[in-house]
Amino acid sequence: MAVTTGAQTLRPGKPRARVRFGSWDAATIVVAAIFAAPVLAVIGLAMAPAEDIWPHLIDTVLGGYIANTLIVMAGVGAGTLVTGVGTAWLVTMCRFPGRRIFEWALLVPLAVPGYVIAYTYTDLLEYAGPVQKALRVAFGWQSAQDYVFPDIRTIGGAVAMLTLVLYPYVYLLSRAAFLGQSICALEAGRTLGHGPWRSFWHIALPLARPAIAVGVALVLMETLNDFGVMDYFAVQTFTVGIYNTWLGMNSLPGAAQLSTVLLIFVLVLFGLEYAGRRGQRYHEATPRHQALPGYRLRGPRAAAAAIACGLPVVFGFVVPAWVLGGYALRYWAVALEWNFFTLVGNSVLLSAMAAGLALSIALFLSYGARLKGGAPIKAATRFAAIGYAVPGAVLAVGVVMALAWFDRAVDFLSMSLFGVSTGLIVSGTVVALLFAYVTRFLALAHGAVEAGMGRITPSMDDAARSLGASAAATLRRVHIPMIRGSALTAILLVFVDTMKELPMTLLLRPFNFDTLATFTYQYAGDEQLEEAALSALTIVIAGIGPVILLSLAIRRSHRVI
Amino acid sequence: MKYGLNKNNWLSRAALGFAAVFAALGGTAAASTVGEVNIYSYRQEFLIRPFLDRFTKETGIHVNVVFAKKGILQRLKQEGRNTPADVVLTAGFSRLQALKDAGLLQRVDSATLNANVPARYRDPQGYWTGLTLRSRIIVYSKDRVAPGAIRRYEDLADPKWKGKICVRTGSHAYNRALVASIIAANGEAAAEQWARGLVANFARKPQGNDRAQAKAVYEGVCDIAVMNTYYFGKMKFNKKNPEQRAWAASLKILFPNQDGRGAHVNASGAGVVKYAKNRDNAVRLLEFLSDSHAQELYASRNYEYPVKAGVGWSDEVKSWGLFKADDLALVRIFELGPAAQRLIDRVGWR
Repeated sequence: MAVTTGAQTLRPGKPRARVRFGSWDAATIVVAAIFAAPVLAVIGLAMAPAEDIWPHLIDTVLGGYIANTLIVMAGVGAGTLVTGVGTAWLVTMCRFPGRRIFEWALLVPLAVPGYVIAYTYTDLLEYAGPVQKALRVAFGWQSAQDYVFPDIRTIGGAVAMLTLVLYPYVYLLSRAAFLGQSICALEAGRTLGHGPWRSFWHIALPLARPAIAVGVALVLMETLNDFGVMDYFAVQTFTVGIYNTWLGMNSLPGAAQLSTVLLIFVLVLFGLEYAGRRGQRYHEATPRHQALPGYRLRGPRAAAAAIACGLPVVFGFVVPAWVLGGYALRYWAVALEWNFFTLVGNSVLLSAMAAGLALSIALFLSYGARLKGGAPIKAATRFAAIGYAVPGAVLAVGVVMALAWFDRAVDFLSMSLFGVSTGLIVSGTVVALLFAYVTRFLALAHGAVEAGMGRITPSMDDAARSLGASAAATLRRVHIPMIRGSALTAILLVFVDTMKELPMTLLLRPFNFDTLATFTYQYAGDEQLEEAALSALTIVIAGIGPVILLSLAIRRSHRVI
Repeated sequence: MKYGLNKNNWLSRAALGFAAVFAALGGTAAASTVGEVNIYSYRQEFLIRPFLDRFTKETGIHVNVVFAKKGILQRLKQEGRNTPADVVLTAGFSRLQALKDAGLLQRVDSATLNANVPARYRDPQGYWTGLTLRSRIIVYSKDRVAPGAIRRYEDLADPKWKGKICVRTGSHAYNRALVASIIAANGEAAAEQWARGLVANFARKPQGNDRAQAKAVYEGVCDIAVMNTYYFGKMKFNKKNPEQRAWAASLKILFPNQDGRGAHVNASGAGVVKYAKNRDNAVRLLEFLSDSHAQELYASRNYEYPVKAGVGWSDEVKSWGLFKADDLALVRIFELGPAAQRLIDRVGWR
């Protein structure tokens, strides 16, 4: 049996050995700059001279935008925190019937796009929907005046919808953290007389804090930039305001200014969280683990645990899939009009490539920051992952600008050197799409990888290097094997999010190119859920396979070695 | 100690692998060849595909499409001279005017277009043309609202309809255009007062698209709704979802302001990109779309009205009656757009 030594250590950060500015550092900065370029382009747009939209916004809608945004963030943040951490703790530390299934099933709602779940619940719960119809029949009510039924298209409804599809981020990251926690820490707790609750509150939760923080941060960024659900439920958030300013007032600079404010807000938020745990490092000395024995639950407690884990799965996946499945059966003929395998192929291939790329770049950046450890490089790598907080269509414009700049530079070079115009090289190609996906989803991969790297004690680096391994070899032979679980998490998150991604795919794709998401949107964008049902269901199903496989792989990666 | 990338390490190998895939995929960039026309479309592809296929069949010109809702203007702007796009198709004309203002369209002086499209549905300088029309109408419950109780848009602000009206968010392009037309007709102060009255009459917070408003009338949530004509057609003749026919059947249609300026109309349209590589094909496509045959098809496919005078309306569209349209120039509606958006923000038509 493997015995862990050292276990989790909380120790103050110590200054790293100074090294010269080497090629790793230069490469880190360059790569970070490349993927920060679209965000920088948006900030550049905000600086462009334009009509001052602020007095009007402040006088009229801005207060509402901010209030609604904060309410939604607080609601979704709290909802995903409780659901994600709670279920992660249950399936990791407790033993109850169905636990093995819930382990992966809890991830499945991740594959449901926010706007799709919003459509399905509206169909289900509105006046003409089956739920209210059944109630009317059961109680003999005649019209809407006879009873009160909560309206789903409200700010509360939006919070519920986003919580259901976003909690898996928190679940995934906190489960990985709980799995990664050494049994010694918890056993030490037990010897001190801690019961399950105290162990959770005083040991497991504080140790998992960085991972949970990353999960909640991802959720909050996704909540901030959500347009689909907010637009459909007519909740006037900041992002809705950005689109109104862009398209309604015909002011892209104004929209870019609002986006920049959003970015600053996100940076401040992260800064606060980071400052909150400064001076603490969360490392462990070894990847060796022993399967945690877990608390065996019986009777009502086991039932309660199963229900607690079952509810998010039922409401986040089973219900929407059931509604979509019902429509898909009735409207299957629509499928004859589209080329199913091409759509699935495009979506899966793009998502897999985006996931691989995002992981490679996240590894590179995280390790670059770890090697040097200097504040400027850390800041640069964090900034490169900020694209996730920018509303998709706005970031798409930033990507268009960055790619055009690249194309023009190459064109100019080629013209001046060879007298040949190269035209557009990457704009309007699949490369543009991949670049956009990585720009947007780097935060997911980076967050997962950083959470993993953070748990590796620097003494491992020192040991490897003192044995003569190069920086790259240390990464390959020490870090990557140790953070395999986190790396798989990164792949899973980016894959599923790319499957669902819409605004950037729409704008940046080549001619005559469709993915499942763009195809679904043709109909769903017109609120014709019936006709979009089959392709929407396909997005979900195509996402489930990888979710299950990766979930199992993540569990294996934490097995006793 | 060296920090450089080792040639044999996995990172460089992965990078090389990706580079190779990039290069292979990069080859799929649309290369314009003769016999093609490339469209950036704000309209969904399934709506336009039938006429485009017909165009290809008649002319042999192959049509490539990218459909997007937002950002086409920025993509065109950034691609500049190198853009592969030849034509932009839009669902509303205001996008076309914005493209023209950004210097991204070119003038087309086509006798065919000038003959087919009435001047008020075209850009005066020939930078874009309208292709189909729809009217923004009022629908009301057959059972709960007496015929003749409403005749004009202005009536919607009457306090007697308090708690009775459903309409989508004010910031939507169609409502913004409607408000602009009311500003043009009655002045900004009167328009603002009207919008305040309308907002005070809402049965619920604005939500959903036009069809959702009609459904709400059917469900009894409200008695009166505002919608574009084609949504009515999509419900009335819905083959795939017969439920929606019941929604339409519960409604009566009102073309507002028939004793005055006429009902507000909006147009979908197209323009030729400034740096179009296939300009002749692009013009040919626009002419094709403005011609009687395509006009009939284009209009009937989406229950819209043809812009070309004398083209027969589809039976479906005819089924809800003829009407007099507001002859306000589309350009004017565009100019008033930002003022309309501000007004909408001020009155809280969220």
